[in-house]
Amino acid sequence: MKLNDVERAMLDGAEGPAIQRAMDLLLRYGEALGAERLVDTKNVCGTIGATTPFMRQYAEKPGGMDAVFSEFNLDSPTVVHVPKVRAFATHLQQGMDPDYAELQGITPEVVTLFKKGNAWSAGLGVQLMNTCTPYQVGNVPVKGEHCAWMESSAVIYCNSVLGARTNTEGRESTGAAMITGKIPYWGYHCDENRYGTHLVEVEIDVETTADWGLLGYYVGEIVQDRIPVLNGIRHVPNLPRLKHFGAAASSSGGVEMYHLVGITPEAPTLERAFGPKKPVATLRYGKAERRKAYELVNATAKDREIQYVMLGCPHYTIEQIWEAAKLLEGKHLHPDVSLWIFAPRVIKSLADQNGYTKIIEDAGGEIMTDTCSAMAKAIPKGTKVAAFDSMKQAHYLPAMMGIQGWFGTTAECIDAAVSGRFNGGLQ
Amino acid sequence: MSAIIDKVVLRGRKVVGGSCEGEALVTRDRVSGWGGIDPRTGTIIETRHQLRGQSFKGKVLVFPGAKGSSGWSNQFHIARLAGAAPLAMLFNEMTTKIALGAVVTHAPAMTDFDRDPLEVIETGDWVKVDADRGVVEVTKKLRGESA
Repeated sequence: MKLNDVERAMLDGAEGPAIQRAMDLLLRYGEALGAERLVDTKNVCGTIGATTPFMRQYAEKPGGMDAVFSEFNLDSPTVVHVPKVRAFATHLQQGMDPDYAELQGITPEVVTLFKKGNAWSAGLGVQLMNTCTPYQVGNVPVKGEHCAWMESSAVIYCNSVLGARTNTEGRESTGAAMITGKIPYWGYHCDENRYGTHLVEVEIDVETTADWGLLGYYVGEIVQDRIPVLNGIRHVPNLPRLKHFGAAASSSGGVEMYHLVGITPEAPTLERAFGPKKPVATLRYGKAERRKAYELVNATAKDREIQYVMLGCPHYTIEQIWEAAKLLEGKHLHPDVSLWIFAPRVIKSLADQNGYTKIIEDAGGEIMTDTCSAMAKAIPKGTKVAAFDSMKQAHYLPAMMGIQGWFGTTAECIDAAVSGRFNGGLQ
Repeated sequence: MSAIIDKVVLRGRKVVGGSCEGEALVTRDRVSGWGGIDPRTGTIIETRHQLRGQSFKGKVLVFPGAKGSSGWSNQFHIARLAGAAPLAMLFNEMTTKIALGAVVTHAPAMTDFDRDPLEVIETGDWVKVDADRGVVEVTKKLRGESA
């Protein structure tokens, strides 16, 4: 890989050992990819916290958070002092909501560690958004902006909906990018890799958030990590719908970019979406495919009696909290069921102001922030069966926690929270 | 019936340098990192995965590529620190997830083969990986021999 003079000096240690280690990692990573050079980035979305049990051991070492960053963000066995970040860097969801630590089964010692880590991160200049949806709380890259983001559901949104450019980075590469402002120029940074590969003819109405999740899950299952171009979308979606679509497509497959003809920024027409390329395959999405997606995601579900309803994967928007509050107003949860809704902290603050938090809490539910059940590995005690309005969560959480999981609409999930029984089904 | 040991040689590109030899664990399913493996044991946990319940610890993992969450590299990074990493990784599809994951796993890794390793290598075969030279030597498991 070719480095310019500035990058070469960074690698040689001119800007200190942390920058040197970061450049060493970026070089190894770039060469593994087969990249020819690095590109400057001023926009990073990553994670540097240490609340999972395995990482806590590192935070408790003499180097503290520097030791965590050195190992897990720079792949450096030597502990280096971490300088302030150069790029605008936003933190992803973490391992707990400190305000609900007890419910999430987290000890006061770990909460202390979490707060210490947060203060350390803030001191570096990392924005503590603590969300998988930075694009709804102040990190909204513009078309063409080179970014270094991780979190598959954020990456796919960044590339496809915003037209900004990022690969699916990881914890180590975003750590290196934060302090150097560099990332390998490869993959989705390059024009030629952003064109569609598969044509998807959408033959049925796709309108609700649940519909968009089913479509995403099916398309991801088929195209895996390629670039689907969806033609025939009759209803312009909104943020929550595309958030769900992308999260589903990146869970069942590894989709990092898609085009919606006439809707997303790099697909004003079908021709522009494919550019000089021809589709390698054409698939159709109709009733049978929708049913297939529903059956696949509900593979773990059998028992209808539920103990847990989890909403907010990816983190809920204020519009989704509003919807949940409307469905819950004046109702009470079944005594055996917990309802946890996950959202960014600033969105919860808005929900507080709007009175939605009170409505949800009066019904017996909670709005939690900074994390989710999968990140915190936290579910209510005694959960055997859960219901989700997220294809992504229904895909991952049952395997991670050894539970059954139903996917349903938000209304079906809230109904299950109130009745104690999941009565949903494919409509 | 022949007891002759079949050897097959593949050539590919180094992703991470180094050499090693060991038993192959082969899957046609892409591997998910975060939520797809238990990094402390190297066990695949994904619900519908061909290798569900099996561990890649100490094995030459042969697979199409990576999928799923961007926690991929971190999970394999933890697997290395927990002593549960694969011995080597041989794969077809280059992505940032797998490139970074392979780099932080510190195990020899290769891609861009002259023949599809998924066609040539079967679980239980003995595989010598020399990533620096770009060579993989496969000794086929004898028929009837228990894996």
